[in-house]
Amino acid sequence: MRKELLTMPMHCLFAWGVLACAVGLLQGAALASTADHSQFKGLQQDFKSGSAVTKICLECHTKAAGEVMASKHWSWEWPDPHSKKMLGKQNVLTSFSLGIQSNNPVCSVCHVGYGWKDNNFDFTAQENVDCLVCHDTTGTYRKQSGMAGHPPVVAMEFPPGSGNVVKPVDLKEVAQNVGKSSRDNCGACHFYGGGGDGVKHGDLDSSLAAPEKDVDVHMNALGLDFSCTECHKTTRHQVAGSRYALTATDVHGALMRGSKDDRNPSTCQACHGNASHKLARLNRHADKLACQTCHIPQYARGGIATKLTWDWSAAGRKDKDGQPLVEKDANGHVVYDAKKGSFTYGENMVPDYFWFNGKVDHLTVSDKIDPTNSVPLNRFYGSPADGASRIWPFKVMRATQPYDKVHMTMLKAHTTGNDEDSYGKSFDWHKAVTRGMQDAGKPFSGQMGFVETEMSWPITHMVAPKEQALSCVACHGAESRLAKVPGIHLPGHHAHGWLDKLGWGLAWLTLLGVIVHGAGRAFTSRKGARK
Amino acid sequence: MSERIYVFPLFERFWHWAQAILIMLLLVTGFEAHGTYRLLGFERAVDTHTAGAWALIGLWVFAIFWHFTTGEWKQYIPTLQKVDAMIKYYVFGIFTNAPHPFRLTRLHKHNPLQRLAYLGVMLFIGPLLWFTGWLYIFYGYWAAWGWEQYLSLQWISFFHTTGAFLMLLFLIVHVYLITTGHTVLSHFKAMITGWEEVD
Repeated sequence: MRKELLTMPMHCLFAWGVLACAVGLLQGAALASTADHSQFKGLQQDFKSGSAVTKICLECHTKAAGEVMASKHWSWEWPDPHSKKMLGKQNVLTSFSLGIQSNNPVCSVCHVGYGWKDNNFDFTAQENVDCLVCHDTTGTYRKQSGMAGHPPVVAMEFPPGSGNVVKPVDLKEVAQNVGKSSRDNCGACHFYGGGGDGVKHGDLDSSLAAPEKDVDVHMNALGLDFSCTECHKTTRHQVAGSRYALTATDVHGALMRGSKDDRNPSTCQACHGNASHKLARLNRHADKLACQTCHIPQYARGGIATKLTWDWSAAGRKDKDGQPLVEKDANGHVVYDAKKGSFTYGENMVPDYFWFNGKVDHLTVSDKIDPTNSVPLNRFYGSPADGASRIWPFKVMRATQPYDKVHMTMLKAHTTGNDEDSYGKSFDWHKAVTRGMQDAGKPFSGQMGFVETEMSWPITHMVAPKEQALSCVACHGAESRLAKVPGIHLPGHHAHGWLDKLGWGLAWLTLLGVIVHGAGRAFTSRKGARK
Repeated sequence: MSERIYVFPLFERFWHWAQAILIMLLLVTGFEAHGTYRLLGFERAVDTHTAGAWALIGLWVFAIFWHFTTGEWKQYIPTLQKVDAMIKYYVFGIFTNAPHPFRLTRLHKHNPLQRLAYLGVMLFIGPLLWFTGWLYIFYGYWAAWGWEQYLSLQWISFFHTTGAFLMLLFLIVHVYLITTGHTVLSHFKAMITGWEEVD
C-alpha cells in the first residue's frame, strides 16, 4: 500500500485524502459520545500495563468486566446445546492452528485479556480483561504475538532478532480516546484469523476495514458504512451472531427495534424481512436458498487471498545451508514455510453449497475419527427434506494434519515459541505433539500420522450490490453452481435425459415422415399431371 | 369445378392465429427454459414463457365461451366413422389422386381425423400443459397450501415437458396437413379469409 502511494499521481493522492477525511468524519459522527474520557482524572496518568487501564475503566463501568467474562471472547468456550460438548477455541480443532493450549502466548494476541500464557491464567481476575482492544479509536493499540495478549509498553524488537523495532503503545492516549467498537477493532482479530490477513474465513479480511461498494454493500465506507455491530447487535458485551449458533433459516419479517425477542438480530431477514424482492419469483426462492447464496457471488473479493489448503505434513524442509525454507509465489504469498508446511490460496472464489439447518458439530481431540477418509473437522447438518434447511455458501478448507494412530483422534501440537518442544524450533513432530497433547490434558499414544481434513466455513460477509447478485443461469444453466446439491430440481439444468431423447427423436422422425409424404405427393401429382 | 364455403368466422380465425403464435412462442421459450438451447437468455425466456402462458389462458377463456355460445363445440364431437377411410386416403389415396373421403360442410368443417386430433389437443395436451404449468407458476405456494407432500417439481416438469413434446408433434403434423387441401394453400387461405375452397 505504502509503495503504491509513493507511485501514485497527485490527483490520486488527493482523492485518497478526501476519502480518508470522509471516512474519518463518518466515523467521528458514529463515535460521538457525551463523555470526553480525556477529562477523567483517572485516565490522566502514564499507564505501565493494560491491566492498570482496566482497573480505572472498572471504577465507572463496574459491570463491564463481568459481562466480558461471560462471553466466549473471554472464555474461548462455548457449551453446544445440540451435542452437549464444550466447544469454543479451547476445544475445537481447525486446519489453521493445532490447538491453543501449548501455543497460548501466540494465540492470546487475540484474547480479550492480558496474560493468558499457559493453563495457569486466572479467568476470574477482572483486571485481566482487555477493554482497549475493542474500544480503542486511535488505531495505535496493537498487541504483539508471543506476548500472551499484552501490548508492548516499551520499544521492543519483533520478531526477536529481526531488527524490526515495534513502538510501544501510548496507553494514556488510547485510554483517553476510547469509544464504540469499529470495524478496525473487530477486524484486528477477525480479519486476521488463522495467522494472517484473510487466511481463515474467506469472507473476512482487511479489505473490509474501508471497503468499496463492490466488496461489501453494507460496510461500503462511502455508503452505508456499517460497523460490525450494526448486524452483530451487542448487549451487555454479548455479541450476537456466532459461527457456533448460526440461524440457517429465518422465516420471520424484519425485527422490530425494541421488541422483546430472542431472535438472532444478525440475519439478513432481521432487517430485510422475507420478501424484499420486487419479483415474487425471487422471493419464493427463499424457501430453498439462504440470501447469501445469490448475494455473495464469490468470496475473497477484496483483493486479499484466502488460504484454501494447508499441508502440515510438508513442513520441515531446509535449504542447502540448513536454514528453514520459506517460499513465496509470484503474488508474494508464502506458499511454503518450513515451520508450518505448504499452502495454496484463492481470490474471488466460487463457494461450495450445502443444505444447512442451523445445527453444527465440531470435532474435538476427544472424538474418534476414521483416518481412511478425509476427516470433517466440523459438520453443517441439513437436508432438503427437513423443512428447516436452506442452501448456504461455504468455503471448504482442506488440510493435512496430525492424528493419533492408536487412539484414532486428532492431535494438538506445540507449533509456536522458541523452546525445544516447539515444532518451529525443533522440527520434531513427536516432541511438538507430545507437548501439545500434554498441555491440552489429553492422551497421546506416541504414534502419529497425517490425515486429510476438511472444514467448512459459512460465507455470510462481502454481500455484493444487488446488480452483482447471481443471475438465474448461475444455477439454472447447463453448468450449475448447485449441480451437486441434492433434492432440488433446477429447470434449465436438470433436463429429463430419456424423455428429451424420445421427444426430439419423435419430432425429427415426424418431420422426416411429413417431408417424405410431401415429396411422394409432389412426385405422384407431377406424374398425374403428365398423364 | 370448385365452390367456396364460409367455414371460419372472424373470431375463430383470430383465436387460431393468436393461439398459433402463442404456442410457438411457448415452445421456443419453454425449451430454452428447459435448457435445450440458448436464445433469449434463461431469465427472459422464463418471463416470456410465463407472460405467454397467461395470455394463452386468457385467450382460451374467450374461446371456450365462444365455442359454447355458438354451439361450435359440436364440431369436435368425436366419431370413428370414416376414420379408416381417412387413414387409407393419407396413406394411399393421396398419391393416386383418389377423391377425398370427407366432404366439408358448414356443419362438419373438420374431417374425422381432425376432430379426433383437435379434441385430443383441447382435452388432453392442453389441460396437461395448463395444469402442470399452473403448478409450476404457483410452485412457491405449494408449502403454504399444504401440497408439497403430494407434489414434486421434478414430476411436474416431466409431465409439462411431455405435454410440450406432444404439442410439438401435433404442430409438425398439423402444419404439414394443411397443405393437403384442394390446393396446397387452400386450407391456409381459408384460415385467413374464412372461405374454404372445396371440390
